[in-house]
Amino acid sequence: MSFQVFLFYLLAGLTGLCAISVVVTQNIVRAAAWLLFTLAGVSGILFFLGANFVGATQLLVYVGGTLVLVVFGVMLTAQGPFITMKTGAAEWAVSTLVGLLLYGVLATAILTRTKTNDFATGPATQQGGELTRSTVLGESLLGIEQATPKANVTGVPAEKRKDLPSKGERSPVGYLLPFEIVSVHLLVVLIGAAYLARTKRRRQAEGGQPAPRVEGS
Amino acid sequence: MSPTLAGFLAAFIAGFVLITFMLVSAIFAVWLERKVAARIQDRLGPTRVGGKFGWLQTLADGLKLLFKEDLVPRDADQVLFRIGPYIALAGSFLAFIVLPFGNGVVPVDLNIAVFFMLAVMSTEIFGVILGGYGSGSKWAVFGAMREAAQIVSYEVPMAICVLVPVIVAGTMSLSAFGHQQNGMFWNWFVFHDPFTFAAFWTYFTCATASCKRAPFDLAEAESELVAGFHTEYSGFRWLIFFMAEYGSMVAVSGIAILLFLGGWHTGLLPRPWAGDLSETFLGTFVGNVLNVLVFVMKCYLLVFVMMWVRWTLPRLRIDQVMMTCLKYFLPISCFLLLGVSLWQAALAPWWFKYPMALGCVGLFVAMVVKIVLTPSTLPVAGLSGMWNAPAPNYGLLPSPLPGKRE
Repeated sequence: MSFQVFLFYLLAGLTGLCAISVVVTQNIVRAAAWLLFTLAGVSGILFFLGANFVGATQLLVYVGGTLVLVVFGVMLTAQGPFITMKTGAAEWAVSTLVGLLLYGVLATAILTRTKTNDFATGPATQQGGELTRSTVLGESLLGIEQATPKANVTGVPAEKRKDLPSKGERSPVGYLLPFEIVSVHLLVVLIGAAYLARTKRRRQAEGGQPAPRVEGS
Repeated sequence: MSPTLAGFLAAFIAGFVLITFMLVSAIFAVWLERKVAARIQDRLGPTRVGGKFGWLQTLADGLKLLFKEDLVPRDADQVLFRIGPYIALAGSFLAFIVLPFGNGVVPVDLNIAVFFMLAVMSTEIFGVILGGYGSGSKWAVFGAMREAAQIVSYEVPMAICVLVPVIVAGTMSLSAFGHQQNGMFWNWFVFHDPFTFAAFWTYFTCATASCKRAPFDLAEAESELVAGFHTEYSGFRWLIFFMAEYGSMVAVSGIAILLFLGGWHTGLLPRPWAGDLSETFLGTFVGNVLNVLVFVMKCYLLVFVMMWVRWTLPRLRIDQVMMTCLKYFLPISCFLLLGVSLWQAALAPWWFKYPMALGCVGLFVAMVVKIVLTPSTLPVAGLSGMWNAPAPNYGLLPSPLPGKRE
């Protein structure tokens, strides 16, 4: 195992550990801190793979922008000094199931390798156009160089693109898709921020009298 | 030696040199700050430690801080409180990795170096926010909240101002920026056209704000928040916060030097010496050492300007800080971006371009001359607002405060 491979596994392992910690921790600001390390680790992997621009964008947009706003929102809305979040057993079960299913789908997609869909000579590249196999997608997700489809990931036909590198050159196109998929978490962040920052309605007590106003609501 | 080992050693040496440079400049900048503050306030500052000028004052301070107890308040979030300073220092240090100090004197020559520096320096706030929040103190939380609001706002005009010279140069590589400004000082991008000239001042102001320096140091604000985000910090962790602050001051000054002020070129001396010194008869090594010296001196000059501003201007209020950014700097920077795009689209004819560029040089010289020639006197009258009220005199000596004398 070369030094680069060792570094890659170290970085990936740390990023994965931080990602697990985001889910497991109950303190909401600590979860944000772990998310910071996760996002920084992902951008580190992107730098490692030579996709400098995507890595810097990841840092600037998600770490420097979005995550600051998240913590800002948490600080503005937290009612105690360090609020904790309790997760119920049912929520644990459902999310574990969904996570395992997603993991299974991705792992199958990556590990399934047919003879006709070989790295550089498979039908996906021979047809010169559409990305038909999940294997290619999964491998380009992982940033595997040889399987990076030439411009197929973005959905633009190869003959219409002018910025394609010549054959044998490394194409950074394959890393665009994972970056976009990671950006889905922006939606989650927005929903969470809206949930945390929404106006809390005062509950009506049984006798019709409004309950005393909770401080900070 | 195997290539892996060689690469590892190269990375180790580069990192070692960089972190040494950063910490030594922090030590020097703290000493400079104390001397500048003292001189501006008509004092002497440190005079005794380490000889005539108090050279070793910062080292003595650092030694004192090392031996202080590392306190963690009872109400603090232990983890966040402890890792906060390290995050700030990491963000500040990482920016130096792509900063070229001379012709090829750069650890990693990225072709998106400017963007990378802005990106990693935006993570530095996180140390402040997490440390301030984790302190479990109201002052610290207020400081961290102000910091978050301020930095997120000021990053926008700062990044847009960075785009102005990027449009002129057509690259984001800092090394290419340095090479393009070879020669005399009118080749520097700050004198390229009126828009880059204005962009330099806007960038420098926004950079001062993003380093949370006075008059934008609302995150600390001693008069309002005790010490802001680092109220609860003591000893070495407090020291690390300040190393990060001084490191990022040098880093943003380095960006300004490379984008606007000619990088490692002197730009003043006659012909062969004005440009890249490593291309003269001195040879690559000696020339590059001189290049690095020129670059570092220029950086310290901008750091000195930041200190000068800090000890001259009063602190703004938080609403004034936000208003300055959103109502003034953001429109100004957008206008500059638009203007420089039109300028580069060759809409301006040559008989317009050259007088304008020369006018920028003249304006700059006039500003320097005005600053140098203005006699430094106490502003006794002519100030507005609260300063114009009669200075309080409690029946003692004549009041030393500025204000209208009765």
